Amino acid sequence: MHPALSVIFFTTASGAGYGMLSVLGLGFLLGIIPDKTVFVLSSIAVALGLISCGLVSSTFHLGRPERAWRALSQWRSSWLSREGVLACLSYVPVLIFAAGWYYSGQNGSLLFTAALFMSISCLLTVYATSMIYASLKTVHAWCNHWVPATYLVLSFMTGAILLNTLALIFSCAQAWLNYAALVFISIALLIKLAYWNYIKTTRSVSTAESATGLGDLGKVNLTQTPHSQENYLLKEMGYQIARKHADKLRRISIISGFVLPFLFALLAMKYSGISIIVLSVIALLSCAVGILTERWLFFAEAKHTVMLYYGSSRV
Amino acid sequence: MTCLPKTESRVKLGLVIDLDICVGCHACSTSCKEWNTSGHSAPLTDLDAYGEHPDGVWFNRVHSFEVTNESGESVSVNFPRSCLHCEKAPCVTVCPTGASYKREEDGIVLINADTCIGCKLCSWACPYGAREYDSDAGIMKKCTLCVDKIYNENLPEHSRVPACVSACPTGARNFGDLGDENSGVSKLVKERDGFELMPEQECLPVNRYLPPRKKQIQNEAKDGFLEYKVDSSENALLRWIDKALSR
Repeated sequence: MHPALSVIFFTTASGAGYGMLSVLGLGFLLGIIPDKTVFVLSSIAVALGLISCGLVSSTFHLGRPERAWRALSQWRSSWLSREGVLACLSYVPVLIFAAGWYYSGQNGSLLFTAALFMSISCLLTVYATSMIYASLKTVHAWCNHWVPATYLVLSFMTGAILLNTLALIFSCAQAWLNYAALVFISIALLIKLAYWNYIKTTRSVSTAESATGLGDLGKVNLTQTPHSQENYLLKEMGYQIARKHADKLRRISIISGFVLPFLFALLAMKYSGISIIVLSVIALLSCAVGILTERWLFFAEAKHTVMLYYGSSRV
Repeated sequence: MTCLPKTESRVKLGLVIDLDICVGCHACSTSCKEWNTSGHSAPLTDLDAYGEHPDGVWFNRVHSFEVTNESGESVSVNFPRSCLHCEKAPCVTVCPTGASYKREEDGIVLINADTCIGCKLCSWACPYGAREYDSDAGIMKKCTLCVDKIYNENLPEHSRVPACVSACPTGARNFGDLGDENSGVSKLVKERDGFELMPEQECLPVNRYLPPRKKQIQNEAKDGFLEYKVDSSENALLRWIDKALSR
Protein backbone atom coordinates (compact mmCIF):
# COMPACT_ATOMS: atom_id res chain seq x y z
CA MET A 1 0.00 0.00 0.00
CA HIS A 2 1.17 3.51 -0.79
CA PRO A 3 2.73 5.03 2.35
CA ALA A 4 1.09 8.48 2.40
CA LEU A 5 3.13 10.85 4.59
CA SER A 6 0.02 12.68 5.81
CA VAL A 7 -1.44 9.46 7.20
CA ILE A 8 1.89 8.27 8.64
CA PHE A 9 2.32 11.56 10.46
CA PHE A 10 -1.31 11.58 11.62
CA THR A 11 -1.30 8.07 13.08
CA THR A 12 2.05 8.45 14.86
CA ALA A 13 1.61 12.02 16.14
CA SER A 14 -1.97 11.61 17.29
CA GLY A 15 -1.08 8.18 18.70
CA ALA A 16 1.65 9.77 20.84
CA GLY A 17 -0.67 12.60 21.93
CA TYR A 18 -3.49 10.23 22.90
CA GLY A 19 -0.95 8.00 24.66
CA MET A 20 0.31 10.95 26.73
CA LEU A 21 -3.23 11.85 27.78
CA SER A 22 -4.14 8.24 28.59
CA VAL A 23 -1.04 7.78 30.76
CA LEU A 24 -1.58 11.18 32.39
CA GLY A 25 -5.25 10.37 33.11
CA LEU A 26 -4.44 6.92 34.51
CA GLY A 27 -1.60 8.42 36.57
CA PHE A 28 -4.04 10.96 38.01
CA LEU A 29 -6.58 8.26 38.86
CA LEU A 30 -3.84 6.37 40.71
CA GLY A 31 -2.77 9.60 42.41
CA ILE A 32 0.81 9.43 41.22
CA ILE A 33 1.25 12.39 38.86
CA PRO A 34 3.43 15.18 40.26
CA ASP A 35 1.62 18.15 41.76
CA LYS A 36 3.18 20.58 39.32
CA THR A 37 0.77 22.64 37.23
CA VAL A 38 3.36 23.67 34.63
CA PHE A 39 4.21 20.01 33.92
CA VAL A 40 0.57 18.88 33.72
CA LEU A 41 -0.62 21.76 31.55
CA SER A 42 2.45 21.65 29.27
CA SER A 43 1.92 17.93 28.81
CA ILE A 44 -1.70 18.51 27.86
CA ALA A 45 -0.68 21.32 25.49
CA VAL A 46 1.95 19.16 23.79
CA ALA A 47 -0.51 16.27 23.50
CA LEU A 48 -3.29 18.42 22.05
CA GLY A 49 -0.74 20.01 19.70
CA LEU A 50 0.34 16.59 18.39
CA ILE A 51 -3.27 15.43 18.06
CA SER A 52 -4.49 18.60 16.35
CA CYS A 53 -1.54 18.74 13.92
CA GLY A 54 -2.15 15.07 13.17
CA LEU A 55 -5.84 15.62 12.51
CA VAL A 56 -5.14 18.58 10.23
CA SER A 57 -2.45 16.57 8.43
CA SER A 58 -4.92 13.71 7.89
CA THR A 59 -7.26 16.01 6.00
CA PHE A 60 -4.46 16.64 3.46
CA HIS A 61 -4.99 13.02 2.47
CA LEU A 62 -8.52 13.90 1.35
CA GLY A 63 -9.48 14.91 -2.16
CA ARG A 64 -12.04 17.37 -0.76
CA PRO A 65 -10.76 18.52 2.68
CA GLU A 66 -13.50 21.17 2.92
CA ARG A 67 -16.04 18.35 3.21
CA ALA A 68 -14.18 16.60 6.05
CA TRP A 69 -16.97 17.37 8.52
CA ARG A 70 -19.22 14.96 6.65
CA ALA A 71 -17.03 12.12 7.90
CA LEU A 72 -18.65 12.41 11.34
CA SER A 73 -21.98 11.06 10.14
CA GLN A 74 -21.57 7.33 9.50
CA TRP A 75 -20.34 6.06 12.88
CA ARG A 76 -22.80 3.16 12.75
CA SER A 77 -20.85 1.33 10.06
CA SER A 78 -17.53 3.07 9.39
CA TRP A 79 -14.44 2.92 11.62
CA LEU A 80 -13.09 6.05 9.92
CA SER A 81 -16.23 7.90 10.93
CA ARG A 82 -16.03 6.48 14.48
CA GLU A 83 -12.45 7.67 14.72
CA GLY A 84 -13.50 11.17 13.68
CA VAL A 85 -16.35 11.29 16.20
CA LEU A 86 -14.17 9.95 19.04
CA ALA A 87 -11.35 12.35 18.15
CA CYS A 88 -13.73 15.31 18.44
CA LEU A 89 -15.41 14.01 21.61
CA SER A 90 -12.12 13.36 23.39
CA TYR A 91 -11.29 17.09 23.35
CA VAL A 92 -14.10 17.64 25.87
CA PRO A 93 -12.78 15.69 28.89
CA VAL A 94 -9.22 16.83 28.10
CA LEU A 95 -10.17 20.52 28.19
CA ILE A 96 -12.32 19.99 31.32
CA PHE A 97 -9.41 18.21 32.99
CA ALA A 98 -6.97 20.99 32.08
CA ALA A 99 -9.35 23.74 33.26
CA GLY A 100 -10.22 21.80 36.42
CA TRP A 101 -6.56 21.31 37.25
CA TYR A 102 -5.77 24.97 36.67
CA TYR A 103 -8.67 26.40 38.66
CA SER A 104 -9.35 23.86 41.38
CA GLY A 105 -6.07 22.04 41.88
CA GLN A 106 -5.84 18.30 42.24
CA ASN A 107 -9.10 17.61 44.01
CA GLY A 108 -12.72 17.30 43.15
CA SER A 109 -14.90 14.64 41.62
CA LEU A 110 -15.16 16.62 38.37
CA LEU A 111 -11.42 16.26 37.82
CA PHE A 112 -11.61 12.57 38.65
CA THR A 113 -14.45 12.02 36.18
CA ALA A 114 -12.68 14.08 33.51
CA ALA A 115 -9.47 12.07 33.96
CA LEU A 116 -11.40 8.81 33.64
CA PHE A 117 -13.18 9.91 30.45
CA MET A 118 -9.95 11.42 29.08
CA SER A 119 -8.12 8.09 29.37
CA ILE A 120 -11.01 6.08 27.98
CA SER A 121 -11.82 8.36 25.03
CA CYS A 122 -8.15 8.67 24.04
CA LEU A 123 -7.68 4.91 24.10
CA LEU A 124 -10.87 4.37 22.12
CA THR A 125 -9.75 6.89 19.49
CA VAL A 126 -6.46 5.05 18.97
CA TYR A 127 -8.38 1.76 18.84
CA ALA A 128 -10.72 3.23 16.19
CA THR A 129 -7.71 4.36 14.12
CA SER A 130 -6.27 0.86 14.24
CA MET A 131 -9.63 -0.70 13.31
CA ILE A 132 -9.77 1.33 10.08
CA TYR A 133 -6.93 -0.94 8.97
CA ALA A 134 -7.79 -4.08 10.92
CA SER A 135 -11.29 -4.20 9.42
CA LEU A 136 -10.02 -4.40 5.83
CA LYS A 137 -10.18 -8.03 4.72
CA THR A 138 -8.47 -7.05 1.47
CA VAL A 139 -5.13 -6.38 3.18
CA HIS A 140 -3.86 -9.48 4.95
CA ALA A 141 -1.07 -7.61 6.77
CA TRP A 142 -3.68 -5.34 8.39
CA CYS A 143 -6.63 -7.62 9.02
CA ASN A 144 -5.39 -9.21 12.24
CA HIS A 145 -5.39 -8.68 16.03
CA TRP A 146 -1.73 -7.64 16.08
CA VAL A 147 -2.69 -4.34 14.42
CA PRO A 148 -4.91 -2.85 17.20
CA ALA A 149 -2.47 -4.30 19.77
CA THR A 150 0.44 -2.54 18.04
CA TYR A 151 -1.37 0.79 17.71
CA LEU A 152 -2.45 0.78 21.36
CA VAL A 153 0.85 -0.25 22.88
CA LEU A 154 2.86 2.11 20.64
CA SER A 155 0.54 4.92 21.66
CA PHE A 156 1.17 4.13 25.35
CA MET A 157 4.88 3.76 24.71
CA THR A 158 5.43 7.02 22.82
CA GLY A 159 3.11 8.82 25.26
CA ALA A 160 5.07 7.57 28.28
CA ILE A 161 8.41 8.50 26.67
CA LEU A 162 7.14 12.03 25.91
CA LEU A 163 5.76 12.48 29.43
CA ASN A 164 9.02 11.21 30.89
CA THR A 165 11.00 13.75 28.88
CA LEU A 166 8.69 16.60 29.91
CA ALA A 167 8.93 15.52 33.57
CA LEU A 168 12.72 15.70 33.31
CA ILE A 169 12.58 19.11 31.64
CA PHE A 170 10.26 20.50 34.34
CA SER A 171 12.45 18.83 37.00
CA CYS A 172 9.75 16.64 38.44
CA ALA A 173 11.18 13.29 37.29
CA GLN A 174 9.05 10.32 38.24
CA ALA A 175 10.44 6.82 38.76
CA TRP A 176 7.12 5.28 37.71
CA LEU A 177 7.19 7.09 34.36
CA ASN A 178 10.61 5.56 33.71
CA TYR A 179 9.33 2.11 34.66
CA ALA A 180 6.24 2.64 32.52
CA ALA A 181 8.43 3.59 29.53
CA LEU A 182 10.62 0.50 30.04
CA VAL A 183 7.61 -1.82 30.30
CA PHE A 184 5.78 -0.33 27.30
CA ILE A 185 8.92 -0.38 25.13
CA SER A 186 9.46 -4.06 25.96
CA ILE A 187 5.85 -5.06 25.29
CA ALA A 188 5.71 -2.94 22.11
CA LEU A 189 8.86 -4.53 20.69
CA LEU A 190 7.58 -8.03 21.46
CA ILE A 191 4.23 -7.31 19.77
CA LYS A 192 5.93 -5.74 16.77
CA LEU A 193 8.23 -8.77 16.36
CA ALA A 194 5.23 -11.08 16.64
CA TYR A 195 3.44 -8.97 13.98
CA TRP A 196 6.41 -9.18 11.61
CA ASN A 197 6.56 -12.91 12.15
CA TYR A 198 2.83 -13.16 11.45
CA ILE A 199 3.03 -11.34 8.12
CA LYS A 200 6.10 -13.36 7.15
CA THR A 201 4.58 -16.75 7.86
CA THR A 202 1.00 -16.26 6.67
CA ARG A 203 -0.66 -15.16 3.43
CA SER A 204 -4.11 -14.02 2.40
CA VAL A 205 -6.55 -16.83 1.56
CA SER A 206 -7.12 -15.09 -1.76
CA THR A 207 -4.88 -16.08 -4.68
CA ALA A 208 -4.64 -15.28 -8.38
CA GLU A 209 -6.66 -18.49 -8.84
CA SER A 210 -9.51 -17.37 -6.56
CA ALA A 211 -9.40 -13.81 -7.90
CA THR A 212 -10.03 -15.04 -11.44
CA GLY A 213 -12.03 -18.13 -10.45
CA LEU A 214 -9.88 -20.13 -12.90
CA GLY A 215 -8.10 -22.30 -10.31
CA ASP A 216 -9.88 -25.47 -11.50
CA LEU A 217 -8.12 -25.15 -14.85
CA GLY A 218 -4.64 -24.76 -13.41
CA LYS A 219 -2.10 -22.17 -12.37
CA VAL A 220 -3.01 -18.58 -13.30
CA ASN A 221 -0.41 -16.17 -14.71
CA LEU A 222 -0.94 -12.64 -15.99
CA THR A 223 0.14 -12.29 -19.61
CA GLN A 224 -1.15 -8.82 -20.40
CA THR A 225 -2.07 -5.86 -18.21
CA PRO A 226 -5.08 -3.79 -19.26
CA HIS A 227 -2.99 -0.64 -19.62
CA SER A 228 0.60 0.22 -20.41
CA GLN A 229 0.90 3.05 -17.87
CA GLU A 230 0.40 3.11 -14.11
CA ASN A 231 -3.15 3.80 -12.99
CA TYR A 232 -4.66 4.80 -9.65
CA LEU A 233 -4.86 1.19 -8.47
CA LEU A 234 -1.18 0.52 -9.11
CA LYS A 235 -0.08 3.80 -7.54
CA GLU A 236 -2.25 3.37 -4.45
CA MET A 237 -2.29 -0.38 -3.96
CA GLY A 238 0.69 -1.59 -5.95
CA TYR A 239 3.43 -0.05 -3.80
CA GLN A 240 6.27 -2.50 -3.43
CA ILE A 241 9.34 -2.49 -1.29
CA ALA A 242 12.35 -4.72 -1.86
CA ARG A 243 12.84 -7.41 0.81
CA LYS A 244 16.42 -6.26 1.61
CA HIS A 245 15.30 -2.65 2.08
CA ALA A 246 12.46 -3.73 4.34
CA ASP A 247 14.87 -5.76 6.49
CA LYS A 248 17.21 -2.79 6.80
CA LEU A 249 14.35 -0.44 7.68
CA ARG A 250 13.09 -2.90 10.32
CA ARG A 251 16.53 -2.90 11.94
CA ILE A 252 16.56 0.92 11.91
CA SER A 253 13.08 0.91 13.44
CA ILE A 254 14.02 -1.58 16.18
CA ILE A 255 17.26 0.14 17.15
CA SER A 256 16.16 3.77 17.03
CA GLY A 257 12.53 3.24 18.03
CA PHE A 258 12.92 0.72 20.82
CA VAL A 259 16.51 -0.16 21.83
CA LEU A 260 17.91 3.38 22.21
CA PRO A 261 14.89 4.77 24.14
CA PHE A 262 15.05 1.67 26.37
CA LEU A 263 18.76 2.19 27.13
CA PHE A 264 18.10 5.85 27.84
CA ALA A 265 15.25 5.05 30.25
CA LEU A 266 17.68 2.75 32.09
CA LEU A 267 20.26 5.54 32.28
CA ALA A 268 17.69 8.04 33.51
CA MET A 269 17.01 5.78 36.50
CA LYS A 270 20.57 6.23 37.75
CA TYR A 271 21.55 9.75 36.74
CA SER A 272 20.04 13.20 36.74
CA GLY A 273 21.01 16.74 35.70
CA ILE A 274 21.24 18.71 32.48
CA SER A 275 23.08 15.99 30.55
CA ILE A 276 20.25 13.54 31.15
CA ILE A 277 17.74 16.11 29.82
CA VAL A 278 19.79 16.48 26.64
CA LEU A 279 20.03 12.70 26.35
CA SER A 280 16.29 12.36 26.88
CA VAL A 281 15.57 14.73 24.00
CA ILE A 282 17.97 12.77 21.78
CA ALA A 283 16.24 9.52 22.83
CA LEU A 284 12.87 11.10 22.02
CA LEU A 285 13.99 12.12 18.53
CA SER A 286 15.48 8.68 17.97
CA CYS A 287 12.18 7.14 19.06
CA ALA A 288 10.30 9.40 16.63
CA VAL A 289 12.53 8.27 13.73
CA GLY A 290 12.02 4.63 14.72
CA ILE A 291 8.24 4.87 15.02
CA LEU A 292 7.86 6.85 11.78
CA THR A 293 9.91 4.13 10.06
CA GLU A 294 7.72 1.47 11.68
CA ARG A 295 4.56 3.17 10.42
CA TRP A 296 6.03 3.69 6.94
CA LEU A 297 6.74 -0.05 6.80
CA PHE A 298 3.22 -0.81 8.05
CA PHE A 299 1.92 0.69 4.82
CA ALA A 300 4.73 -0.17 2.41
CA GLU A 301 4.81 -3.87 3.32
CA ALA A 302 1.04 -4.37 3.17
CA LYS A 303 -0.25 -6.03 0.00
CA HIS A 304 -3.74 -5.64 -1.42
CA THR A 305 -5.82 -8.35 -3.13
CA VAL A 306 -6.26 -6.18 -6.24
CA MET A 307 -2.64 -6.94 -7.10
CA LEU A 308 -3.74 -10.51 -7.80
CA TYR A 309 -5.15 -9.09 -11.05
CA TYR A 310 -1.84 -7.40 -11.80
CA GLY A 311 0.63 -10.28 -11.65
CA SER A 312 0.91 -11.24 -7.97
CA SER A 313 0.13 -14.89 -7.29
CA ARG A 314 -0.20 -14.42 -3.51
CA VAL A 315 -0.68 -11.35 -1.35
CA MET B 1 -26.86 5.87 4.26
CA THR B 2 -23.63 3.90 4.56
CA CYS B 3 -25.32 0.93 6.18
CA LEU B 4 -26.38 -1.64 3.61
CA PRO B 5 -30.12 -1.85 2.90
CA LYS B 6 -31.82 -3.71 5.72
CA THR B 7 -33.82 -5.88 3.42
CA GLU B 8 -31.90 -7.66 0.70
CA SER B 9 -32.88 -6.15 -2.64
CA ARG B 10 -35.04 -8.59 -4.62
CA VAL B 11 -33.87 -7.25 -7.93
CA LYS B 12 -30.13 -7.81 -8.31
CA LEU B 13 -29.03 -6.22 -11.54
CA GLY B 14 -25.67 -7.42 -12.71
CA LEU B 15 -23.48 -8.78 -15.44
CA VAL B 16 -22.65 -12.31 -16.47
CA ILE B 17 -19.37 -12.37 -18.36
CA ASP B 18 -18.50 -15.31 -20.59
CA LEU B 19 -14.76 -15.94 -20.37
CA ASP B 20 -15.06 -18.57 -23.08
CA ILE B 21 -15.89 -16.13 -25.84
CA CYS B 22 -14.33 -12.86 -24.67
CA VAL B 23 -11.69 -12.03 -27.26
CA GLY B 24 -10.05 -9.28 -25.23
CA CYS B 25 -10.80 -6.51 -27.72
CA HIS B 26 -11.33 -3.84 -25.00
CA ALA B 27 -14.47 -2.58 -26.78
CA CYS B 28 -16.36 -2.82 -23.45
CA SER B 29 -13.74 -0.63 -21.77
CA THR B 30 -13.68 2.03 -24.43
CA SER B 31 -17.44 2.24 -24.88
CA CYS B 32 -17.84 2.36 -21.08
CA LYS B 33 -15.44 5.27 -21.04
CA GLU B 34 -17.30 6.96 -23.87
CA TRP B 35 -20.74 6.66 -22.28
CA ASN B 36 -19.75 7.46 -18.73
CA THR B 37 -17.55 10.42 -19.47
CA SER B 38 -20.75 12.29 -20.21
CA GLY B 39 -23.10 10.41 -17.87
CA HIS B 40 -23.90 10.04 -14.16
CA SER B 41 -20.25 10.25 -13.02
CA ALA B 42 -18.95 12.55 -15.75
CA PRO B 43 -16.26 13.31 -16.58
CA LEU B 44 -14.01 10.25 -16.44
CA THR B 45 -10.99 12.48 -16.17
CA ASP B 46 -7.91 11.88 -18.30
CA LEU B 47 -4.70 13.58 -17.32
CA ASP B 48 -1.82 14.03 -19.75
CA ALA B 49 -3.93 12.09 -22.27
CA TYR B 50 -1.55 12.62 -25.18
CA GLY B 51 1.62 13.03 -23.14
CA GLU B 52 4.22 10.65 -21.81
CA HIS B 53 2.31 9.47 -18.76
CA PRO B 54 -1.38 9.32 -19.55
CA ASP B 55 -3.52 8.57 -16.52
CA GLY B 56 -7.26 8.37 -16.30
CA VAL B 57 -10.35 6.97 -14.66
CA TRP B 58 -11.80 3.79 -16.14
CA PHE B 59 -14.63 1.63 -14.82
CA ASN B 60 -13.76 -1.44 -16.78
CA ARG B 61 -10.36 -3.00 -17.48
CA VAL B 62 -9.54 -6.11 -19.50
CA HIS B 63 -6.70 -8.31 -18.21
CA SER B 64 -5.31 -11.37 -20.00
CA PHE B 65 -4.26 -14.50 -18.16
CA GLU B 66 -2.67 -17.78 -19.10
CA VAL B 67 -3.88 -20.80 -17.16
CA THR B 68 -1.58 -23.80 -17.20
CA ASN B 69 -2.60 -27.24 -15.94
CA GLU B 70 -0.39 -29.94 -14.45
CA SER B 71 0.44 -31.51 -17.80
CA GLY B 72 1.66 -28.16 -19.08
CA GLU B 73 -1.28 -27.46 -21.38
CA SER B 74 -2.43 -23.86 -21.21
CA VAL B 75 -5.34 -21.68 -22.22
CA SER B 76 -5.43 -17.91 -22.64
CA VAL B 77 -8.31 -16.19 -20.91
CA ASN B 78 -9.27 -12.57 -21.43
CA PHE B 79 -10.70 -11.22 -18.23
CA PRO B 80 -12.79 -8.03 -18.04
CA ARG B 81 -12.84 -6.61 -14.50
CA SER B 82 -15.38 -4.09 -13.22
CA CYS B 83 -17.62 -3.48 -10.19
CA LEU B 84 -19.50 -6.63 -9.13
CA HIS B 85 -22.22 -4.69 -7.23
CA CYS B 86 -21.74 -6.86 -4.13
CA GLU B 87 -24.61 -7.61 -1.78
CA LYS B 88 -22.31 -7.10 1.20
CA ALA B 89 -20.35 -4.28 -0.38
CA PRO B 90 -17.46 -3.37 1.96
CA CYS B 91 -16.88 -0.17 -0.04
CA VAL B 92 -20.28 1.02 1.19
CA THR B 93 -19.95 0.25 4.89
CA VAL B 94 -16.46 1.80 5.26
CA CYS B 95 -17.58 5.12 3.76
CA PRO B 96 -17.41 7.77 6.53
CA THR B 97 -19.72 10.27 4.83
CA GLY B 98 -22.58 8.21 3.42
CA ALA B 99 -21.54 9.14 -0.13
CA SER B 100 -21.23 5.48 -1.01
CA TYR B 101 -24.51 3.60 -1.12
CA LYS B 102 -26.27 0.50 -2.38
CA ARG B 103 -29.70 1.02 -3.96
CA GLU B 104 -32.45 -0.97 -2.34
CA GLU B 105 -34.55 -1.20 -5.51
CA ASP B 106 -32.01 -2.85 -7.83
CA GLY B 107 -28.80 -3.39 -5.83
CA ILE B 108 -26.66 -0.98 -7.84
CA VAL B 109 -23.74 0.47 -5.84
CA LEU B 110 -23.23 4.19 -6.47
CA ILE B 111 -21.31 7.21 -5.16
CA ASN B 112 -22.84 10.60 -4.39
CA ALA B 113 -20.37 13.01 -6.00
CA ASP B 114 -21.61 15.88 -3.81
CA THR B 115 -20.72 14.27 -0.48
CA CYS B 116 -17.65 12.14 -1.29
CA ILE B 117 -14.55 13.53 0.48
CA GLY B 118 -12.05 11.48 -1.53
CA CYS B 119 -10.59 9.58 1.45
CA LYS B 120 -10.02 6.54 -0.82
CA LEU B 121 -10.95 4.10 1.95
CA CYS B 122 -13.59 2.46 -0.29
CA SER B 123 -10.90 1.61 -2.82
CA TRP B 124 -8.88 -0.03 -0.03
CA ALA B 125 -11.94 -2.02 1.09
CA CYS B 126 -12.83 -3.34 -2.38
CA PRO B 127 -10.98 -6.61 -3.13
CA TYR B 128 -11.60 -6.26 -6.87
CA GLY B 129 -10.15 -2.81 -7.59
CA ALA B 130 -13.51 -1.55 -8.81
CA ARG B 131 -13.11 1.99 -7.53
CA GLU B 132 -10.80 4.60 -8.93
CA TYR B 133 -9.88 8.03 -7.65
CA ASP B 134 -10.42 11.07 -9.86
CA SER B 135 -7.56 13.29 -8.73
CA ASP B 136 -8.95 16.20 -10.70
CA ALA B 137 -12.41 16.12 -9.07
CA GLY B 138 -11.00 14.91 -5.73
CA ILE B 139 -13.61 12.17 -5.44
CA MET B 140 -13.98 8.45 -6.07
CA LYS B 141 -15.68 7.08 -9.17
CA LYS B 142 -16.98 3.67 -10.11
CA CYS B 143 -19.14 1.61 -12.48
CA THR B 144 -22.76 2.74 -12.27
CA LEU B 145 -24.03 -0.23 -14.30
CA CYS B 146 -24.98 2.62 -16.64
CA VAL B 147 -27.84 3.60 -14.36
CA ASP B 148 -28.42 6.55 -16.69
CA LYS B 149 -28.82 4.24 -19.69
CA ILE B 150 -30.64 1.14 -18.49
CA TYR B 151 -33.70 3.10 -17.31
CA ASN B 152 -33.54 5.76 -20.03
CA GLU B 153 -36.91 5.87 -21.76
CA ASN B 154 -35.55 8.09 -24.50
CA LEU B 155 -33.58 5.14 -25.79
CA PRO B 156 -35.04 2.25 -27.77
CA GLU B 157 -35.66 -0.71 -25.49
CA HIS B 158 -32.84 -2.87 -26.86
CA SER B 159 -30.37 -0.08 -25.98
CA ARG B 160 -31.37 -0.04 -22.31
CA VAL B 161 -28.41 -2.18 -21.24
CA PRO B 162 -25.01 -1.06 -19.96
CA ALA B 163 -22.70 0.42 -22.60
CA CYS B 164 -20.21 -2.45 -22.22
CA VAL B 165 -22.99 -4.95 -23.04
CA SER B 166 -24.11 -2.97 -26.11
CA ALA B 167 -20.55 -2.80 -27.36
CA CYS B 168 -19.39 -6.40 -26.93
CA PRO B 169 -18.96 -7.83 -30.45
CA THR B 170 -19.05 -11.47 -29.30
CA GLY B 171 -21.95 -11.27 -26.86
CA ALA B 172 -19.69 -12.22 -23.98
CA ARG B 173 -21.38 -9.73 -21.68
CA ASN B 174 -24.91 -10.42 -20.48
CA PHE B 175 -27.01 -8.08 -18.40
CA GLY B 176 -30.06 -8.90 -16.31
CA ASP B 177 -31.63 -9.58 -12.94
CA LEU B 178 -29.64 -12.18 -11.03
CA GLY B 179 -32.19 -12.03 -8.23
CA ASP B 180 -34.79 -13.66 -10.50
CA GLU B 181 -33.92 -17.31 -10.99
CA ASN B 182 -35.93 -17.50 -14.20
CA SER B 183 -34.12 -14.61 -15.88
CA GLY B 184 -31.88 -15.26 -18.87
CA VAL B 185 -28.73 -14.43 -16.94
CA SER B 186 -29.65 -16.71 -14.02
CA LYS B 187 -30.32 -19.59 -16.42
CA LEU B 188 -27.00 -18.94 -18.13
CA VAL B 189 -25.20 -19.09 -14.79
CA LYS B 190 -26.93 -22.38 -13.98
CA GLU B 191 -26.23 -23.98 -17.37
CA ARG B 192 -22.60 -22.96 -17.55
CA ASP B 193 -21.61 -23.26 -13.88
CA GLY B 194 -21.12 -19.52 -13.49
CA PHE B 195 -18.97 -18.56 -10.52
CA GLU B 196 -18.29 -15.56 -8.28
CA LEU B 197 -14.84 -14.04 -7.80
CA MET B 198 -13.04 -14.42 -4.44
CA PRO B 199 -16.00 -15.83 -2.47
CA GLU B 200 -13.60 -16.03 0.51
CA GLN B 201 -13.68 -12.23 0.77
CA GLU B 202 -17.35 -12.63 1.72
CA CYS B 203 -18.65 -9.65 -0.27
CA LEU B 204 -21.34 -11.73 -2.05
CA PRO B 205 -20.74 -10.22 -5.50
CA VAL B 206 -23.77 -10.17 -7.82
CA ASN B 207 -21.87 -10.41 -11.12
CA ARG B 208 -20.94 -13.88 -12.31
CA TYR B 209 -18.29 -15.20 -14.69
CA LEU B 210 -18.72 -18.19 -16.99
CA PRO B 211 -15.66 -20.48 -17.23
CA PRO B 212 -13.93 -21.32 -20.52
CA ARG B 213 -15.54 -24.44 -22.02
CA LYS B 214 -13.55 -27.68 -21.86
CA LYS B 215 -11.32 -28.10 -24.88
CA GLN B 216 -12.87 -30.45 -27.41
CA ILE B 217 -9.65 -30.82 -29.31
CA GLN B 218 -8.17 -34.00 -27.71
CA ASN B 219 -11.40 -35.97 -28.15
CA GLU B 220 -11.78 -34.95 -31.76
CA ALA B 221 -8.19 -35.86 -32.54
CA LYS B 222 -8.93 -39.44 -31.46
CA ASP B 223 -11.66 -39.62 -34.05
CA GLY B 224 -9.26 -38.59 -36.73
CA PHE B 225 -10.88 -35.32 -37.65
CA LEU B 226 -8.01 -33.09 -36.78
CA GLU B 227 -5.00 -35.32 -37.08
CA TYR B 228 -4.07 -37.15 -40.24
CA LYS B 229 -3.43 -40.35 -38.43
CA VAL B 230 -4.03 -43.40 -40.52
CA ASP B 231 -5.08 -46.61 -38.88
CA SER B 232 -3.43 -49.05 -41.22
CA SER B 233 -4.53 -52.27 -39.59
CA GLU B 234 -8.03 -52.49 -41.08
CA ASN B 235 -7.94 -51.51 -44.73
CA ALA B 236 -5.60 -52.90 -47.38
CA LEU B 237 -5.62 -49.67 -49.41
CA LEU B 238 -4.79 -47.60 -46.34
CA ARG B 239 -2.04 -50.10 -45.45
CA TRP B 240 -0.56 -49.58 -48.90
CA ILE B 241 -0.79 -45.77 -48.67
CA ASP B 242 0.78 -45.85 -45.22
CA LYS B 243 3.61 -48.00 -46.53
CA ALA B 244 4.11 -45.77 -49.58
CA LEU B 245 4.13 -42.59 -47.53
CA SER B 246 6.42 -44.03 -44.89
CA ARG B 247 9.19 -44.81 -47.36
